[in-house]
Amino acid sequence: MDLIQLLFIFTLAAFLGYELIKRVPSQLHTPLMSGSNAISGITIVGAILAVRVGAGGFDLILGVLALVLATINVVGGYFVTDRMLAMFRDKEGR
Amino acid sequence: MNPLLINFAYIIASIMFVVGIKMLGSAKSARRGNLISSLGMLLAVVVTLFDAGLNYSWIVGGLLVGSAIGFLAARLVKMTAMPEMVALFNGFGGAASMLVGWAEWNRVAGESFTGSVGVPVEFTISVIALAVIIGGVTLSGSVQAWGKLSGKLGSKAVVLPGQTLINAALLFGAAGLGALLAVGPDIGLTPGLMNVLFIVMVILSLVLGVFGVLPIGGGDMPVVIALLNSLSGLAAAAAGFVILNNVLIVAGCLVGCSGLILTLIMCKAMNRSLANVLFSGFGASGSSSGAKVEGEMKAGSIDSAYFVLEAASSVVIIPGYGMAVAQAQHAVHELGELLEANGTDVKYAIHPVAGRMPGHMNVLLAEADVPYEQLVEMDDINPLMPTVDVAIVIGANDVVNPAAADDPSSPIYGMPIINAHEARTVFALKRGQGAGFSGIVNQLYFLEKTRMLYGDAKATVSGLVNQFKESD
Repeated sequence: MDLIQLLFIFTLAAFLGYELIKRVPSQLHTPLMSGSNAISGITIVGAILAVRVGAGGFDLILGVLALVLATINVVGGYFVTDRMLAMFRDKEGR
Repeated sequence: MNPLLINFAYIIASIMFVVGIKMLGSAKSARRGNLISSLGMLLAVVVTLFDAGLNYSWIVGGLLVGSAIGFLAARLVKMTAMPEMVALFNGFGGAASMLVGWAEWNRVAGESFTGSVGVPVEFTISVIALAVIIGGVTLSGSVQAWGKLSGKLGSKAVVLPGQTLINAALLFGAAGLGALLAVGPDIGLTPGLMNVLFIVMVILSLVLGVFGVLPIGGGDMPVVIALLNSLSGLAAAAAGFVILNNVLIVAGCLVGCSGLILTLIMCKAMNRSLANVLFSGFGASGSSSGAKVEGEMKAGSIDSAYFVLEAASSVVIIPGYGMAVAQAQHAVHELGELLEANGTDVKYAIHPVAGRMPGHMNVLLAEADVPYEQLVEMDDINPLMPTVDVAIVIGANDVVNPAAADDPSSPIYGMPIINAHEARTVFALKRGQGAGFSGIVNQLYFLEKTRMLYGDAKATVSGLVNQFKESD
């Protein structure tokens, strides 16, 4: 993909992120952070692409290690966020 | 699979992340939002698996091992240990981005630095350096934050002589090496030398993460956690530029932004600049005391506190890190319910930086089943404080220190606080007479209307609960 297009996407995503977050009440800051932390595990896509046929030795170790760590980040992040949010309930919801 | 189709799926995944984050902004939809975001992640992973030339046996193995570890860690962690868990996950994300950058570096080096198709090699190396440096700082910084939060390392701020200078040298060293590597092929550096410089850059970034978090302690941790969260997103976005992948750039950028905003909100809640939080080593010495405080602290008993609470028509509970340490949240909720049953209006006042993670108190109280309508933010509770009969301060110190409002010589002067001193009566639950994290004596404890209830917060609150039960 064209570099300029990627920069374009990056800039727009930055504005979008700002608009999305700025009004979140402080009560939800922890799940928000933990949830967005899970999203940062998107690097799992890069890790998968790094584990290629033909990569051996050190390159394979790097790729697989990246994949395992990113997967922990993604799976652990989403589950821990869900666990937290399951506890946030209103009076009627109990 | 057709690259067009893969990219189309990435767009859908990005939309699901955006919708997911949006829904995380409201308590009612947050859980569904998290689910949508996770399905977006699943979609991104599944379509990526259709890319040609992947080594599936290792990939499936890696996914299984990572999923098992992540799932078990998320299930088994205690709610009170949540800050360090989040910090550690953060570090893993940063580490993964660093390793993706490293793997890509090896590929580029293996092809004698000819670069990816259609992209100048200088650009590729620059973004690899960015992913590695940011990812490395996130990894080592997060591991240290995890150590500090879990008590494995001391949570005190440590300031070395020339700390700022060391950090600046590390930062410019790493960035300078990155720049040198980017032009390396042009100025004729040998591949061997390039590899050595790369490894040095990796090491410098890891050391920078350690030294960066070293001077930050205790009550400033929410800022650091939010900042590291932001960095883990930026590392992912940088990795996205390395492999020219739009979903990494969008998702990473969203996280980078949200973390940065949270960081700034935390700083604002303490009325300090980010630079001050990062470099001042707040609380390291404890020498800064502010004005002298007149008077003495008056200890109260559980008995007398019970009679006051029994007669109160409104009570505001102000939790702090001490409640987390004592794991008193369940007892606190029980007390709140008994007070309500007694006809008392009960609210919980939440200061944005109480605890060790943004919103730490909300999570603990939610764990104890406190309905979130009873949790009131600082700005909403303060106008009501003069009408409140009793304020119960549980293991909070600096966030209720009136010196922040009226003592210009105090180091926390200007920090917004919960105005516990305006309530008619104050009970302060505290382990001892020592000062809080900032090392400042709290005038609140010396007021005529304040009674100190010394001891472990959980034991004290349980004592009050028992009094209520016995009187029934």
